Amino acid sequence: MEKLILRRVDHAGEEMLLNFGPQHPSTHGVINFLVDTDGEVMKKAIPDIGYLHRALEKIGESTGYPGFMPYTDRIDYVAAMFANEGYAIAVERLLKVEVPPRAQWLRAIACELCRIASHLVSTGTMASDIGATTPLVHALRERETVNDLIEALCGARLTYNYLRIGGVAFDLPEGWRDRVLKFLDHFDTMLVEWDRLITFNTIYIRRLANVAVIGKEQAIDYGLVGPNLRGSGMDWDVRRDVPYGAYPNFKFEVPIGRGKYGTVGDAFDRYYVRVLEMMESSKIVRQALESLPEGEIVAKVPRKVKPEAGEAFSRVESARGEMAYYVVSDGTEKAYRVRARTGSFTAMGIIEDISPGLMVADLVALIASIDVVAPEIDR
Amino acid sequence: MTVNEIHERLQAQFGEAVGPLSEPKLDAFAVVKAQKIVEVARFLKETPGLELDHCNDLTALDWPARNVIEVVYHLFSYGHRHGIVLKVEADRANPVVPSVEGVWKAANWMERECYDMFGVTFTGHPDLRRLLLPDDWQGFPLRKDYQEAGGYHGIPNTRENPLVELRRLDEKRRAERPAPPPPPAASTPPAAPAEPAKA
Repeated sequence: MEKLILRRVDHAGEEMLLNFGPQHPSTHGVINFLVDTDGEVMKKAIPDIGYLHRALEKIGESTGYPGFMPYTDRIDYVAAMFANEGYAIAVERLLKVEVPPRAQWLRAIACELCRIASHLVSTGTMASDIGATTPLVHALRERETVNDLIEALCGARLTYNYLRIGGVAFDLPEGWRDRVLKFLDHFDTMLVEWDRLITFNTIYIRRLANVAVIGKEQAIDYGLVGPNLRGSGMDWDVRRDVPYGAYPNFKFEVPIGRGKYGTVGDAFDRYYVRVLEMMESSKIVRQALESLPEGEIVAKVPRKVKPEAGEAFSRVESARGEMAYYVVSDGTEKAYRVRARTGSFTAMGIIEDISPGLMVADLVALIASIDVVAPEIDR
Repeated sequence: MTVNEIHERLQAQFGEAVGPLSEPKLDAFAVVKAQKIVEVARFLKETPGLELDHCNDLTALDWPARNVIEVVYHLFSYGHRHGIVLKVEADRANPVVPSVEGVWKAANWMERECYDMFGVTFTGHPDLRRLLLPDDWQGFPLRKDYQEAGGYHGIPNTRENPLVELRRLDEKRRAERPAPPPPPAASTPPAAPAEPAKA
C-alpha cells in the first residue's frame, strides 16, 4: 500500500492524503479511497478495491452448472435475483432450453420485487450517507415487507436462489397474490409520501443537485449501465430495448434523468431515477400478477447438465444496471469459463476521473448516487 | 445490422486482419490480428452506421492446449442495437495485446482486471497494474494451470481441522498441569495467621 501511495500521489506542502474507508459506513462495505485533498477540495480520489474478492469466476469453473447457481447470489447480495437470472439465461442458451411461460412470469415478478427491495436500500442509505438518518428507517421498514413476501416465495430473505436452470424452484404460495397487491397499494402511497418528505426536501436537493455531474457521452464511454446511465439522460433499458423473458408483455415507462433541479446527470438525477423506477416496478408486478399464465414452472432439463461446446452471452437489467454473463462450455459438465460483468465495477472506474474538484463531502454523495455494492465490484 | 453485415464491413476494410466468422456456436465471433485491434476498434466505434459505442465486456480465455490466451471483446451499439464479438489471440508465454483504452474508457478497468487475472500485457494502457489482487501477488489466478501458493506474507491459506488443534491444546494443558499436592498429614493443625504488627 505504501508503495502505491508514493507512486500515485505527489504532495505539495498544503495537501493531505486521506484514507477513506474501508470501514467508513458510506463506502458500503469494503472499499478504500485514497483521497488527495487540498483543504476541503479533492485533488483526486483513487479507489482501491479487491478487499472482498472471492474468485467467484474460478469457482464457476470448478463447480457444475447447477452447482454454481447459489454462488451467483453472492455476487450482489442486495439484488441476488438478477444475478441468478443472468446466469440461468446464459446456461439456458447453451442448453437450448425453452423456459415455460409461467416460469418467465414468476421470474419477472420475483425480479421486480427484488428491484424494489434493492432501490429501497439504495435510496435509504443514500439519505443516511449524506446525513439524514430517518429515511433509512422508513426504507428498511418497507423492505422488510418485501423481504417477507420473497421469503414466503422462496424461503430466503437475502440470498434467494429462487431460479433454476429452465425455470423457477417454487410456485406461488397460497394467498400470496393478495398479500402482494395489498403491499403494492400501500407502497404506491408511501412513495408519494417519500417524495414529499425526502426527495423534494430543500436540504436534500442542495446536497445532490449539480454534484458529480456525468454527461451522457461520458457515461457511455465509461460503460456505465442502468440507473447511472439513465440518470445521465440516456434512454436505455435492457428490459425494453433488448427484451428477454416476459418483459415484452408488460407496459412500463423508462425514467431518465432530466436535470430537474440542476444539470442532467448529477447525483440528484441518479437518485430520482431510482425512485421513479420503484413506481414502474410496482406497475410491472401488478400486470404480471393479472396476466399470470397457467402451466409448468420448470422446463425439462436433463439431470446431467452437459451443454455442447460453445459460448453464450446473456444480459439482464439488474437493479444496478445491465448484468452480463459470458459462459463458455467445452462440452463437459463444468463450465470452461464463467464471467460476470457487473454494473458496479464500471461505475467505480469513473470515480478517479470525475473526483478532481469535488468537495470531500461530495465524494460520499457520489459513491451513494452510483449505488455500488462491494461484492459486485470484486466478485 | 446483423453480425454478418458488420463482419463484411470489417473484412472489406481490413481484409486478412479480420478472420472469418465462427460457425454459429450461439454467439459467433471473429478473430482479429493483435496489431490491428486498435484500428478495428476505432473503425467500429467511429464509422457512421456502425457506431459500436458500448464496450460491453472485455475478458480473456486461457487455452493451454493450443498455447493461446484469447482476449474477448463484446461490443454493442446503443443507437443501432447491434453488436459483435471479437477475439484476439496472444501467445500464452508472453501475451501482449494493444490497449483499446483510448477508444472506450470502460476498457481501462477491464484491461486491468484481465492483466490481474490472466497476465495479459496491454501496450499503451495508461496505468496497467493489479486491480483486485495486491501489487506483489505471484501468478495469474484465472489461468488454467495456476497453482495456489501455500500462503501470502506468512499467512497460511490452509488450516487443519480446528478440533485437532483443540485436542492438541487440551493435551498440552494436561501435561503442563502441576502434580496434585500430597494430602496433608491429619495430625498437624493449620498454622495460625500471623499477628498484624502493632504501631
